[in-house]
Amino acid sequence: MQVTRRQALGLSAGAVALVAFGPGLNAARADAAATDKSLMEFTGGKAPATGRITLNAPEIAENGNTVPISVSVESDMTDASYVESVVVLAEGNPNPSVATFHFTPMSGEASATTRMRLAGTQNVIAIAKMNDGSVFMDKKLVKVTIGGCGG
Amino acid sequence: MATPKPRVKVPKSASAGEVITIKTLISHNMESGQRKDKDGNVIPRQIINKFSCEFNGKPVFGCDIAPAISANPYFEFSAKVMESGSFTFTWVDDNGETYSHEQAIEVK
Repeated sequence: MQVTRRQALGLSAGAVALVAFGPGLNAARADAAATDKSLMEFTGGKAPATGRITLNAPEIAENGNTVPISVSVESDMTDASYVESVVVLAEGNPNPSVATFHFTPMSGEASATTRMRLAGTQNVIAIAKMNDGSVFMDKKLVKVTIGGCGG
Repeated sequence: MATPKPRVKVPKSASAGEVITIKTLISHNMESGQRKDKDGNVIPRQIINKFSCEFNGKPVFGCDIAPAISANPYFEFSAKVMESGSFTFTWVDDNGETYSHEQAIEVK
């Protein structure tokens, strides 16, 4: 196969770009579009409103391997009106989904705490779905000093 | 990996209708499937992908888990107790195994 000058230049430029961005920017990193897609799947195409849900996350997380987060949603948690589920998404992780919490009226309160991994500085999003279908969202930017995805 | 060991904290007693806080932890590597070993081979994903809590057979709290949950997954949530009974906690591993733990509570 004969390689033209143009092809050779293109190839080497690509290689340089890979070397330059490879380690810093994870190729498998989820982008905002993938996050939006999983968000829309969860809400069923509805745009989430703000309020009622609170996402607590540290402003600066030194270790991306264990970032404590907690979500709580204002709700009576009665049979007539309760929070069905809460999904947590991380925009900048290789896979945006983090966890989906399922609540029932027996939960008493719609709140949950866990520890998550963050690949780097990014937005963490929590979306709550009520039993009547309305959705609420909260977003927090978490600065990560050491990423937690290894590899 | 050693057998995952669940640790659960539930108050011993509560008054009827009280909302109690439950803390759970299970020892597990939560191998994300993103890491590579020395030779550059991807270490296959093995995580706990589901957690659920039931009170006297009725669901209280559940969670679908992605690899973005840290090793030794920790969950803190609440439950409303109306009568004495027992909580059953179940963790489902990627390899199909389930780990469960039971804890009783007395309601006065």
